[in-house]
Amino acid sequence: MGTTGTPTNITQGSKTKGGIGESTLRPDGTLKVTGEFAYSSDMWHEDMLWGQILRSTVAHAEIVSIDTSEALAQSGVYAVLTYDDLPTAVKNYGLEIQDTPVLAHGKVRHHGEPVAIVAADHPETARRAAAKIKVEYRELPVITDEASATAPDAILIHENRDDHHIGHVPHPNIVHRQPIIRGNADEAAERADFVVKGEYTFGMQDQAFLGPESGLAVPSEDGGVELYVATQWLHSDLKQIAPVLGLPEDKVRMTLSGVGGAFGGREDLSMQIHACLLALRTGKPVKIVYNRFESFFGHVHRHPAKLYYEHGATKDGKLTHMKCKIVLDGGAYASASPAVVGNASSLAVGPYVVEDVDIEAIALYSNNPPCGAMRGFGAVQACFAYEAQMDKLADKVGMDRVAFRQLNAMEQGTLLPTGQPVDSPAPVAELLRRVKAMPMPPERQWESSEGSDVRQLPGGLSNTTHGEGVVRGVGYAVGIKNVGFSEGFDDYSTARVRMEVIGGEPVATVHTAMAEVGQGGVTVHAQIARTELGVAQVTIHPADTQVGSAGSTSASRQTYVTGGAVKNSCEAVREQVLEIGRRKFGTYHPAWATAELLLEGGKVVTDGGEVLADLADVLEGEAVDVELEWRHRPTVAFDLVTGQGNGHVQYSFAAHRAVVEVDTELGLVKVIELACAQDVGKALNPLSVIGQIQGGTTQGLGVAVMEEIIVDPKTAKVRNPSFTDYLIPTILDTPTIPVDVLELADDHAPYGLRGIGEAPTLSSTPAVLAAIRNATGLELNRTPVRPEHLTGTGPA
Amino acid sequence: MRVNFTVNGRQQEADDVWEGESLLYVLRERMGLPGSKNACEQGECGSCTVRLDGVPVCSCLVAAGQVEGRDVVTVEGLADFARQRAQHGGCASGACGDDAGKAGTSLQDAQQWQSKPSDSQTGEGDELSPIQQAFIDAGAVQCGFCTPGLLVAADEMLEHNPSPTDADIREALSGNLCRCTGYEKIMDAVRLAAARQSEAV
Amino acid sequence: MDFLRPASWEEALAAKAEHPTAVPLAGGTDVMVEINFDHRRPEYLLDLNRIGELGEWEVGQDTVRLGASVPYTKIMQNLRAELPGLALASHTVASPQIRNRGGVGGNLGTASPAGDAHPALLAADCEVEVESVRGSRRIPIDAFYTGVKRNALAPDELIRAVHIKKADGPQQYSKVGTRNAMVIAVCAFGLALHPETRTVRTGIGSAAPTPVRAKAAEEFLNAALEEGGFWDNGKIITPSVAKQFADLCSAACNPIDDVRGTASYRRHAVGIMARRTLTWTWESYRGTAASTEGVA
Repeated sequence: MGTTGTPTNITQGSKTKGGIGESTLRPDGTLKVTGEFAYSSDMWHEDMLWGQILRSTVAHAEIVSIDTSEALAQSGVYAVLTYDDLPTAVKNYGLEIQDTPVLAHGKVRHHGEPVAIVAADHPETARRAAAKIKVEYRELPVITDEASATAPDAILIHENRDDHHIGHVPHPNIVHRQPIIRGNADEAAERADFVVKGEYTFGMQDQAFLGPESGLAVPSEDGGVELYVATQWLHSDLKQIAPVLGLPEDKVRMTLSGVGGAFGGREDLSMQIHACLLALRTGKPVKIVYNRFESFFGHVHRHPAKLYYEHGATKDGKLTHMKCKIVLDGGAYASASPAVVGNASSLAVGPYVVEDVDIEAIALYSNNPPCGAMRGFGAVQACFAYEAQMDKLADKVGMDRVAFRQLNAMEQGTLLPTGQPVDSPAPVAELLRRVKAMPMPPERQWESSEGSDVRQLPGGLSNTTHGEGVVRGVGYAVGIKNVGFSEGFDDYSTARVRMEVIGGEPVATVHTAMAEVGQGGVTVHAQIARTELGVAQVTIHPADTQVGSAGSTSASRQTYVTGGAVKNSCEAVREQVLEIGRRKFGTYHPAWATAELLLEGGKVVTDGGEVLADLADVLEGEAVDVELEWRHRPTVAFDLVTGQGNGHVQYSFAAHRAVVEVDTELGLVKVIELACAQDVGKALNPLSVIGQIQGGTTQGLGVAVMEEIIVDPKTAKVRNPSFTDYLIPTILDTPTIPVDVLELADDHAPYGLRGIGEAPTLSSTPAVLAAIRNATGLELNRTPVRPEHLTGTGPA
Repeated sequence: MRVNFTVNGRQQEADDVWEGESLLYVLRERMGLPGSKNACEQGECGSCTVRLDGVPVCSCLVAAGQVEGRDVVTVEGLADFARQRAQHGGCASGACGDDAGKAGTSLQDAQQWQSKPSDSQTGEGDELSPIQQAFIDAGAVQCGFCTPGLLVAADEMLEHNPSPTDADIREALSGNLCRCTGYEKIMDAVRLAAARQSEAV
Repeated sequence: MDFLRPASWEEALAAKAEHPTAVPLAGGTDVMVEINFDHRRPEYLLDLNRIGELGEWEVGQDTVRLGASVPYTKIMQNLRAELPGLALASHTVASPQIRNRGGVGGNLGTASPAGDAHPALLAADCEVEVESVRGSRRIPIDAFYTGVKRNALAPDELIRAVHIKKADGPQQYSKVGTRNAMVIAVCAFGLALHPETRTVRTGIGSAAPTPVRAKAAEEFLNAALEEGGFWDNGKIITPSVAKQFADLCSAACNPIDDVRGTASYRRHAVGIMARRTLTWTWESYRGTAASTEGVA
């Protein structure tokens, strides 16, 4: 088994309550349960205006004309802005490629693209005014898939591309292409006794965070603007916003408001620039709040994908080779597509040892809704396909599906297809063993003396079965996700830590720009400060741009990277505190000079446990204040021809077992249990770790059985932009989710921790699909599965 | 138009209300009570759940004009409501509560989080209702956007069903979407509140 | 937009007569969505919440007079014995919060084919009591639905109550959605046995431009039950009869493909639901209810 390494034993700070490893409670919990926590949509300012965006009603068209005169004439309307009103030469933004217009110019490339913005004194006034803006479109043919995007006569979604990917893509409607070639897949295929080929489809998933995009921009006296917003990365927003406004970055002061979930959907800008433009134009505070309909157009989605896989195995079950092509649809604008391609290709083989591979991943430009970051991106789509392949191959070889995976599981030291060795524990086989060893949920739980409890049956309250047609199925899956930003990105974070005496008590203040989006980073920062500084009281300063960048709350990276930065800054603070102590009290006790000193329980103590001084006395009249950047180990870009390179810094592994009951006649699915085993390195806050795993698992369940943005292939228009028709799991759709947490330290990471947020979203979906296949005997090569697929009654 | 009604025990008046405005909008934008959340505006998420004359409803689907003369309890008044219920025994009319309805928290206060260590699963906050405390203790709060609606719904369920089965809890909360937690910790929180409630009796 | 707040039924009728375009607003679960999403800007909103009698019901000798605004929650809690099909349908409506506000009057007023109450009303048989300043009349449910989201109401009329036949035998209701709660029907099916008249009635939702009955299926089954003496001998319904009934119910559908489901799935699912609900009701009629009754 590939389980080497031992859990990190952290003794420092163990005498200080509320340190790492404890399930301390959220510092924002009380505010959140009393309704007092201020989310971005809760912002209010005297005399504020409401912003409204007019969006394109067609997916691909030339804009012939825009007439705003009637809208401007409305009483209560303060401003109506179009592309022509943009103040500087910078009129586009984007995470990596600045291809996204702030307001459409000449052309719209997807349904719901912003065309004009309005500020008015009431949201209804703003809506009525926006409805009076006349836009004349000349419609163009729509590009909606690989064939139409790469056809010889295809219209170019973006003419005159000059980004750094254009040189190596085979067609200008391909954002990025990453091949990964290792060994010789064709030769290795000749050794295969069994070959399995499959074509898989992954539907477009939405983050569906509950707090729609919103924020408040307040013009300031110096000509700048204060922006309160819900985002995942303040400094990245700032870099994109300031040039469009024509302001230096220090005149755009950003503060993180309460964030109602993110899951990748707030990595790109939404209303930020629009609110600032309207505030600067009108001289008044402007609030913008998307409603749910607009939210479906206001952020990128998970890339839908087509995945073509071929695997081979010998008759004793060893994988011989893998070939695959992964086509991701990035939609009209690039967003995070290049990084999604990098993850999909480099993790296409999954957590398995396959020495001969031939991998290609591309992302398309099309007229479909723009797609970008969502929890586990790239790796989620690949995991769905390779795990289906593993089941098929195990069946052909005639092996148990779990045993087959364990036989081929990667271990510490395994080389990825990129040639990079996995240099931390990779307990893939062990996770599968653990998840399989969990007790199975009892059969027929719906039966009671009073009859059948429909709440526990497929169809639930809709009363479709009392047990008829119901068949149980079990499925397994495991996945691998990279942690942190890869491919040579300078991934760092900044933490400012201050220590002082307030009211006779030593207090630490932690100030970072980390976006708390619900994940519990603020809880962990306080725990780290307690552990490192031995204080009880920790104040978490609001996240803003007055401190250096923390990087994005994405890629499972914040506890690792900003947590690492907080730890690093705390260590520097501790050294300065001890220096002060030595200066003040060093002459009273020789241990100040000779012993290893710790800060614990509000005191300076020796490693032998002897108390030297109270922190309150050491810090009396002095404050220590440190702001430092911290980086994880550098990575490199993948070679554009071979895909070789040490592109990743850490990996996260999770395995799931799904137990489902399927009403095979109606095609309705009830997930009975979704057990998970995950290696977390070190659980800094066990309660939060389990919450992340259960939440990620449930998003994977959603895209297995119900969640999909449906785009009309003829018009590229979104057909279900509402919570009535884009369904996410309710509490009656969500099963019990027992979690087995393994803690095998990654010696390269702070406290040995692993980023954990994304891995459970990977393996959940294929495990549910495998269980439904097990129950029905159907092949099911697409997700989500709809009742039509289970009953042979055709796709919608 | 003008609308008068009671919120968290206090008489409130809103002027210049547009006829199409929802109760949710009036609470959030006119009365300084943004605790009820706007997440879908079509009754498909439960984030805006309040009690209207004691009955849980989606405040996004109640026209402001329909609330004239009626009684509303929001998450901001939940702790007082629960306290009065405990004192007076099962007041479910919504006419409980007295001093709530204050205009929320300043931005500064709302963002300057004081983190305190705690020994166990019991935080501080004796000001909170049992269900609020249980949500914190059980880890049922992540982003927290669904929390206010869930609290109002769960509190009402426990009022008339103090010993719910898991299936009862799931049914009662099936109108409240949560995207962060996978609901497991929410189940734990409601079980915890029910257990504490039964111990206290 | 004007907000009209009649304090009594008479005032409401007068307001509707004066402003026939006024949109009645009770639970708000349809109308407010349309307003929130800018789909509708009626000139007048006619609030019916202040008219207490609309939220009341009376259980008579043969029928229940159900006020138009009686919330679904109360139907589930109080009328399970008298209106079992409608109580089951009520339980499938959206969420607890919506069931606390919405009532049958709203479903009838909107007349969406996806309204959850319709199949149960069709199967139970009822009359819709509507009124205007010109007078009151009762519209048989079979004549009520006139087109996609259209009903037999005149512009000045309001729905006051529904007179629903009290159950004289077992009733069932099933609805397919792609989620286990809070879901709009992909399609739905209601079935009521009427032992007193030795007839069976059905209702189909979301599988045709309007809610419909599967009349050919009813006629087939009525004849088959009569012919085999089933009402008297209480025998198990033969699989071939159940299958034929299910096929005829499928054939009564005239569905479309939309984002919620395909036409062919809807036909298929209606057939399955027809067979199952027939089995459940018939087993219940035969007195072997314990193992087949759904509970929640």
